[in-house]
Amino acid sequence: MAELSFPKRPYRTKGGVHAPHNKNTAHKESVVLPVPALVALPMTQHIGAPCKPMVKVGDTVDVGQQIAGSDAFVSAPIHASVSGKVKKIDKITMPDGSKVDAIFIESDGEQRLSPDIKPPQVDSLSDLITAVRDSGLVGLGGAGFPTAVKLNIPSDKHVDTLIINVAECEPYITSDHREILENSWDVISGIITVKEFLNIHRVIIGIENNKPDAIKALREIADSSVDPEDEIRVLPIKATYPQGAEKILIKACTGREVPVGGLPSDAGCLVMNVGSIAFIARYLKTGIPLISRRLTVDGGCIENPVNVIVPIGTPIKEVIDFVGGYKEQPYKLIMGGPMMGISLPNDELYVLKQNNAILALSEKEAKFNEPSACIRCGKCLDACPMRLQPLELANAANRGDIDGLKLYNAMNCMECGCCSFTCPAKRHLVQNIRVGKALLQKAKREAVAASKGGKK
Amino acid sequence: MEQKLHVSSSPHFKGNNSTRRIMLDVIIALCPAAIAACVIFGLRSLVLIAICVATCVLLEYVSRKIMKRDATIGDLSAVVTGLLLALNLPVDINPLIAMFGCLIAIVVVKQMFGGIGMNFVNPALAARIVLLVSFPSAMMHWAPALGAPAAAAIDATTSATPLVAEAGTYSYIDLLLGRCGGSIGEVCAVVLILGGIYLVIRKVISPIIPCVYLATAALMSLIVGLDPLYQLLSGGVLLGAIFMATDYTTSPVTKWGKVIFAVGCGFFTIMLRQFSNMPEGVSFSILLMNILVPLIERATVPRTLGYIKKKKGEQK
Repeated sequence: MAELSFPKRPYRTKGGVHAPHNKNTAHKESVVLPVPALVALPMTQHIGAPCKPMVKVGDTVDVGQQIAGSDAFVSAPIHASVSGKVKKIDKITMPDGSKVDAIFIESDGEQRLSPDIKPPQVDSLSDLITAVRDSGLVGLGGAGFPTAVKLNIPSDKHVDTLIINVAECEPYITSDHREILENSWDVISGIITVKEFLNIHRVIIGIENNKPDAIKALREIADSSVDPEDEIRVLPIKATYPQGAEKILIKACTGREVPVGGLPSDAGCLVMNVGSIAFIARYLKTGIPLISRRLTVDGGCIENPVNVIVPIGTPIKEVIDFVGGYKEQPYKLIMGGPMMGISLPNDELYVLKQNNAILALSEKEAKFNEPSACIRCGKCLDACPMRLQPLELANAANRGDIDGLKLYNAMNCMECGCCSFTCPAKRHLVQNIRVGKALLQKAKREAVAASKGGKK
Repeated sequence: MEQKLHVSSSPHFKGNNSTRRIMLDVIIALCPAAIAACVIFGLRSLVLIAICVATCVLLEYVSRKIMKRDATIGDLSAVVTGLLLALNLPVDINPLIAMFGCLIAIVVVKQMFGGIGMNFVNPALAARIVLLVSFPSAMMHWAPALGAPAAAAIDATTSATPLVAEAGTYSYIDLLLGRCGGSIGEVCAVVLILGGIYLVIRKVISPIIPCVYLATAALMSLIVGLDPLYQLLSGGVLLGAIFMATDYTTSPVTKWGKVIFAVGCGFFTIMLRQFSNMPEGVSFSILLMNILVPLIERATVPRTLGYIKKKKGEQK
């Protein structure tokens, strides 16, 4: 195998938009939320099979005690984030509108640590994967893919590069940025653990160049004696949205392209969010599973924007009240960033594992415009990082034209929203493409069903 | 939280671009040409521009009203069409003919096909061609330009355009400054280039179409034995390449589509100039390529990220 080299500057990526950064909270120390009176832990806080409750109403639980799990391969267990009594197990509405069972725990305020908690013994890769699975870790960048599944690389794939995702390209969000500044040693020790067990000799920390202090902090440690072989390098990348999208980040850091429909491992890469990697380091040290996380609370309607460390399952309203409440009536409440986040129907939902921000946007910020006719300016083509033709895709979706959707590779759209952002006619391009993707999947299911029916 | 929240699909941020802003940029880019027209042919040019713009806006308003559709004059596209059409006309054209041209552009070509973004050919160009074949003598009656060389004058009220004048009548400087006969907006090369640079800087147009168009036209001129620079600076090539061929609706959106489109425009322009009965070929060549746009786009779907045709040294 040829010697792996580190790029001096990022590889060229196409497209993207210059969304306003609004990183108001980057220089503010994170604050810790006091223990909430009640938390709700939904059984789906990850991509994959939902968990099943392992406790009953009335049970007493301790902090870090596993309260739900699943035998499925793609899943992540859920742990109690407060100590107290299980009040009820009831359906709640998730941000995406689905109804999911959730365990409600009434806190006794003691935050008693579960006696089972001890640092895991990790001597091999399989130990590491088991430990990460037990920790309940999911990708903390927003997607919520179980990290243990990610680390379990199929034997036919050769992964030679670990990319740490610190792009944090969404406006407002600074939780990863603060993670680096506050826990930079965890980041590096997590990297060293993962790279050693996976036998990876090239680690590229892809970080947008709008975080000079974080770049400096990481470089200082990466250049020190902890990395004698010089296998960890920091690569500042341009600060445009969506540099943090997995496929774009891989292209920027290695020049490789993930094949259509493929996974990062098909391009020899493993991409991990900086928060997840720092969590692994902490978990191996303390054995405390994923029960709290840092999230950015910001937006034009927030009195005092700041990063808050909150127990998973805390009501969103409590988080917002803690930072001073609303300055004005918000127009939109968003879980995640303004480009890809989900807008919430009310503030009576709960913080999830993969939730990296809560934004209360004013009407001025989240302006909604009626779409006008497409003038075929082609700006959506220039903005699309996947080099698709959003206008054709959206038209095909509107027509319900399955062949057109296939011709223009609808499934390769990652829904970053650059097309809708840039469209001068304010057309709802990505929104229509989402509909188109659903149409394609439906057509595929119907085709499968029809072929099965034909055989019978 | 007493009031309800607005819920919608992401993204929740929108850029500051707007159709109106783009059209305003095109109008700004055409302003130097309009001012030059007034200097070269007198204030009659301004009257002609005003007539065309006003007629286009009015017709757009009325036709939308009759069709019971939302008014779209706010996007300024009718202003652009009117301005472009005026710049494509001789200065002493009968105002009624000019207004008939506006009717063709706005009502027939644009609104009857569904309004902005739906027309399959450039409205101003289509109108110009309809006028050209309907009123050939009025459309080819060129008033003398300010400072034009004496040799170019045919009689007291008429002068030759660079494309029909004898060789040596016009110098390059005459062509750059617009000291020659022609449509009011096409004669002065300098201001058109200025407008083009503005549009490229403002990212309204990509430089691909004008550059490839001009390069192809220059190459074709060399091949058929014409003076390339003279061909580029005379007639409607610059106006066509910068403002007509780059019309969003009637040019391809893909990068390679733009290249093919512009090559076709450049090729047919010189072929028509050299081998057809007409002295000028810009309008016809762009119109022809307009019609081919759907086919060109179909053939130039860009390679999406990660679409690999089996090869590429993956194991680097």
